[in-house]
Amino acid sequence: MNPVVAQLTLRGLLGRRRVFVLAALPVLLLLFSLVLRLTIGPSEDLLESIIGGLALATMLPLLALIAGTGAIGPEIDDGSIMYLMAKPVSRHLIIRSKLLVATVVVLVFASFPVFVSGLLLTQTSMALVFGYTLSTALAGIAYCAVFLLLSVITRNAVIIGLIYAIVWETIVGTFVPGAKTLSIMQWSLAFAEKAGGDQAVRLGVQSEVSPVLGGILLLVVTVLATWYAGVRLRTLRLAGEE
Amino acid sequence: MSVLVLDRVSRWFGNVVAVNDISMTIGPGITGLLGPNGAGKSTVINMLSGFLAPSSGTATLDGATIWRNEDIYRSVGLVPEREAMYDIVTGWDFALANARLHGLAEPGAAALRALTTVDMLQAKDRALSTYSKGMKQRVKVASALVHDPSVLLLDEPFNGMDPRQRLHLMDLLRTMANDGRTVLFSSHILEEVERIADGIQVMVAGRHAASGDFREIRRLMTERPHQYTIRSSDDRALASAIISDGSASGVQLKGSGPATPMGESEAELHVEATDFSVFVRVLPRLARERGITLYDVSPADESLESVFSYLVAR
Repeated sequence: MNPVVAQLTLRGLLGRRRVFVLAALPVLLLLFSLVLRLTIGPSEDLLESIIGGLALATMLPLLALIAGTGAIGPEIDDGSIMYLMAKPVSRHLIIRSKLLVATVVVLVFASFPVFVSGLLLTQTSMALVFGYTLSTALAGIAYCAVFLLLSVITRNAVIIGLIYAIVWETIVGTFVPGAKTLSIMQWSLAFAEKAGGDQAVRLGVQSEVSPVLGGILLLVVTVLATWYAGVRLRTLRLAGEE
Repeated sequence: MSVLVLDRVSRWFGNVVAVNDISMTIGPGITGLLGPNGAGKSTVINMLSGFLAPSSGTATLDGATIWRNEDIYRSVGLVPEREAMYDIVTGWDFALANARLHGLAEPGAAALRALTTVDMLQAKDRALSTYSKGMKQRVKVASALVHDPSVLLLDEPFNGMDPRQRLHLMDLLRTMANDGRTVLFSSHILEEVERIADGIQVMVAGRHAASGDFREIRRLMTERPHQYTIRSSDDRALASAIISDGSASGVQLKGSGPATPMGESEAELHVEATDFSVFVRVLPRLARERGITLYDVSPADESLESVFSYLVAR
């Protein structure tokens, strides 16, 4: 990792009130969980609905979209990335540094809130809470790698990423049986299912793939997306060059 | 001593040819890259700085291919035209980040030296977002100088600078050139090119129209008469002698009365010489033979503007 690239990326992601945009969804999740805990009380069904249905399927892809595209997209759009690229620094290293920052942001703004929300909602399923937290972290890394790649290869990364996050991951990946095997969320859900054991089965936390296959697919997508983003960054043409 | 070479380079974007089969060698000293908007100047700078691949031909720095070669940035400093920077950081943080990205042993000292060079020490702790265009331009130059490069590429570097800052940057570029560095800058402000460039590369509509010393380029354009404004003790007699000799295609007397050594009179003689090298030898001889004193002989069209206009018209 290059600390200067990471530092500039972090300041870009969190600076100028962007931190409030990132914090909005997790704060809502935590408030919602707190209200449910105070009004209805802890419930495993609520845990599955709120974490599995809302946080993992909707909040996580959106936060990863903000972090993944925000880590490099604005610099490419305004051309300031030239200052990073006109240096004897490997373009792959630039991508890896930015991915690391985006991942840390997702861990802080998605995985940690998911864990706290799980603690608020669960009664007896601590294992499932840990499983969800792990799923959020692993899916977050893969999402960030994919969205980072999208930002390097297209100027419409946010729109395409939004369609992917909402249409594919949230709707198709949740409800269309065949498409479930091609969903990052489903791959990561395998870890929550495994961790939750019988409790997970009872609550319907079910992935289309095994944890081993899910792990391999997450790893392959993350590595390939990161590598290809580096390749494309080496040949990046900035807007306005033509 | 670094040398940039473009060898039969073309670059097209879809059906649009931005640069068409150009070859140029840019060595130590200051070279001005000149041309109207859309001539392909920025495309050339981008190819020389590794941000654009030639569609055909090669771009090299000291024999090494520039494209996809991050190592060239150890010896290249780039000042891009675009204004966008990392506005969230201060001028100091920006210069320091650039020094650290170069992996310098003492990045703090390098950043301090670069900011001092561009006279931006006083404002170094302000965020870049609060800088004027000229201040941003100077910090951009500082960021390109932190690693003391042997090649400096500047795309329209004088944009947004006030006259004092321009002079300061001109002095800086001259100093760098005198140290044996290769400095290439593009500019549409002709006086700037004329004032500091050792040589120019002229581009017109994607083609390499001319290169070398701009006065030499002008002289080589024999198709067009060279114009001179002359003041002498007897303009009328001198005009007659020049026409009789045949070294000029036309003369025109302006004003009335004899000229004076101090130029109080508005009288002057305009001459269109057909051959520069012949005329500059003939004129003193004709004046001497007729006992005419030459007070002033100045080329009327040797400004870079006229060179440029003529090249564009071609």
